Amino acid sequence: MREATLKVFRGDKNGGEFRTYRVPVEEGMVVLDAIHYIQGHLDPDLAVRWNCKAAKCGSCSAEVNGRPSLMCKTRMEHFAESEEIRVEPIKAFPIIKDLVTDVSWNFEVNKKIAAFTPKPDTDWIWYQEDIERVQEFRKCIECFLCQNVCHVLRDHDRKDAFMGPRFLVRLAGLEMHPADSLNRTEFIKDQAGIGFCNITKCCTEVCPEEIHITDNAIIPLKERVVDQYYDPILWLFRKLTGK
Amino acid sequence: MADYETYQHDVLVIGAGGAGLRAAIEASAQGASVGLVCKSLLGKAHTVMAEGGIAAALANVDTEDGWEVHFRDTMLGGKMLNNWRMAQLHAQEAPERVRELERWGAVFDRTKEGKILQRAFGGHTYKRLSHVGDRTGLEMIRTLQDRGVHQGISVYMECTITRLLKDGDRISGAFGYFRQDGRYVLFKAKAVVLATGGVGRSYLVTSNSWEYTGDGHGLAYRAGADLIDMEFVQFHPTGMVWPPGVRGLLVTEGVRGEGGILRNKDGERFMFKYLPEATKNDYAATEEEAQQWVEDTIAGRKTTARRPPELSTRDNVARSIYTEVKEGRGSPHGGVFLDISYQDPERVKKKLPSMYHQFKELADVDITAQPMEVGPTMHYIMGGVRVDADTGQSRVPGLFAAGEVSGGMHGANRLGGNSLSDLLVFGRRAGLGAAEYAKGLTAEPAIPQDEIKAAIEELEAPFQRSDGANPFEIQRKLYDIMGNHVGIFREEKDLEKGIAQLQELKKEVARAAASGSKLYNPGWHLCIDLRNMMICSEAIARSALLRKESRGAHSRLDYPNTDESLGKVNTSVFKDGEEMKLEHTPLPEMPEELRQIVLKKKETAHA
Repeated sequence: MREATLKVFRGDKNGGEFRTYRVPVEEGMVVLDAIHYIQGHLDPDLAVRWNCKAAKCGSCSAEVNGRPSLMCKTRMEHFAESEEIRVEPIKAFPIIKDLVTDVSWNFEVNKKIAAFTPKPDTDWIWYQEDIERVQEFRKCIECFLCQNVCHVLRDHDRKDAFMGPRFLVRLAGLEMHPADSLNRTEFIKDQAGIGFCNITKCCTEVCPEEIHITDNAIIPLKERVVDQYYDPILWLFRKLTGK
Repeated sequence: MADYETYQHDVLVIGAGGAGLRAAIEASAQGASVGLVCKSLLGKAHTVMAEGGIAAALANVDTEDGWEVHFRDTMLGGKMLNNWRMAQLHAQEAPERVRELERWGAVFDRTKEGKILQRAFGGHTYKRLSHVGDRTGLEMIRTLQDRGVHQGISVYMECTITRLLKDGDRISGAFGYFRQDGRYVLFKAKAVVLATGGVGRSYLVTSNSWEYTGDGHGLAYRAGADLIDMEFVQFHPTGMVWPPGVRGLLVTEGVRGEGGILRNKDGERFMFKYLPEATKNDYAATEEEAQQWVEDTIAGRKTTARRPPELSTRDNVARSIYTEVKEGRGSPHGGVFLDISYQDPERVKKKLPSMYHQFKELADVDITAQPMEVGPTMHYIMGGVRVDADTGQSRVPGLFAAGEVSGGMHGANRLGGNSLSDLLVFGRRAGLGAAEYAKGLTAEPAIPQDEIKAAIEELEAPFQRSDGANPFEIQRKLYDIMGNHVGIFREEKDLEKGIAQLQELKKEVARAAASGSKLYNPGWHLCIDLRNMMICSEAIARSALLRKESRGAHSRLDYPNTDESLGKVNTSVFKDGEEMKLEHTPLPEMPEELRQIVLKKKETAHA
């Protein structure tokens, strides 16, 4: 049987190292299977998060040879037989142990977003074409890979000022919901910090659900902010009337 | 003694899938202080994997539908072993629960008239499953999660409960640890709602995630509740069979609901020959009639054609596939073919997007051009904690259960789509029941200190066993026992062998050892989880041995027929000292007017 060489980060907040493992490879195997092999046969205390193993829960995010990925979707056959496979935790969040990071910040951020609030006269009749866009946003499995690659969060660590692509997608889903009554534009500008995004589309590239994060969620929200706050005619009107 | 943190709530909900979240939302709405414990991160529970839809007689597509028909389908699907009151409440309340999800922000697929769209599923007379493509569970859990976080519910993520605490007979709290760093935690609570899901990780080929170690079943059993119907394990007919790494992964029944066809290696559409006499007339008699049904359904037209034979109940389809493979008519990798590639590729991608991606990325199969290979996978347990239908309370005062961990609702076989609706209907009821129970308590129940000490000792023990067994090795042995002796088809000598091997394995579980520290240590976590897996496995095997008949998901080679007298009893499992005891207990008697509803169907089916 063919074997693969994996270098897996083992460590915690105090530091660590890449440990080398030889893992037998069978047809169709994914990186998460290899990690499970290590856990089940070699190192039972190897820490990894996973649930569905079918790219539906977004738990097993990691960086495989530098590429942020869901391990359950990353096939071993993608790597040449001689190639070492480096597996390490996602970088934008503090490490807990091995491949597990502390993503609790995301759950705190989510709480700040005002919930869906239907208009009082909603008749709950809408057509498939009216909701396609919102359904796209609701495909998000919260793997946080978009958060991980966003340079505002990853390189500049501006979690204090910017909520990241995941929550702009959530906000877009609420703002474009046909029955929602709230206007979250001020929140999007001030708390979500949408101005920090300079549309590099890194988030869109890594999204395992293929959500068009930048084009369909972030840019339309940016336009709303511009319309509401930076419209020159409105600006002049406010200036003149003092409103 | 090691330190522990302490939190206090009126109601503690253990498990944060559909049932747990819905229970927490309801208890909180009743004014209770609520703690919600999840073994994973919030939003990752098994509900997120549910695909096909939520069964509810909204009658948006087939206007003839109503709660009576849904009730009837559920009872017949469960081979009349269901708790009738649960089946009734479920059918009556499911539509309101679905509409409520929509009011909370869920965005279901629509009919041409702009209403919630419903699709066909096995055993359902009418098109009944409200859905979002094939990711309905994600829509449900996210909607409930977003609703819940604004209600002031305290969420304890990555936390495992290892022991329920009682003051005399009553529940007074729970003890456990945080998986992240091994901190111990005491929850004082007047009422506890178990919503921990199922037991699938005792089987190798399963659609279930690592979390499904039967924690709630085990906790309830050890706290003095009884478990019923544990012999009824649902093997979903269509799991992936290839490649090896994804073996068991679920292929939604929605594929068949959208017109997917099952064929063996000879190209035979074999389901026609496996339809049970009693329901045969509900299904198409020819391929042409089945095709007519598919075409009418796709076009959104009324149809006079009967539904395709692939939409038989899950127990029957799983057995049929198993038989085809066993008799040498299987596909190259030991399954059968499931084909939807005859339809418009764009439609397939739209209706079944995650199936399309799953096969494309994990198996190099384009389902719009090629058939899938599928075979049975352990998916669900009908059995669980016996509860009062209206409140969800077990026989232990203050202990409630909802969803897969509870028993009775689905009888001998669950219909697809009835799980998500079950979670909503009985999650809400258990949350309500628990909040009202907590309100009714005049004094704070006491926490037994010796129980805390015992709980800590059993958590510390795996680190003190220097010569102990590797927990993953033990789990692999458990896979073998359950796969070889307690599978789809059972037989007395197999089951007895399985039970004997489980007794031996128990000794190894008692010696399961952990190495390293308490910081996020899956080996240690598994040492703890194995105990519940063993309780559930033994309960399944012993219940299967006791029920000497075939009914629903329980198929005995040595007793191939249904025994009418056994249709009047549940198998009940309970703890007596250190012994697992079993007895048959009578089913609650169904009122006459409901019996008439069920009989009516039987007559038309035979007409």
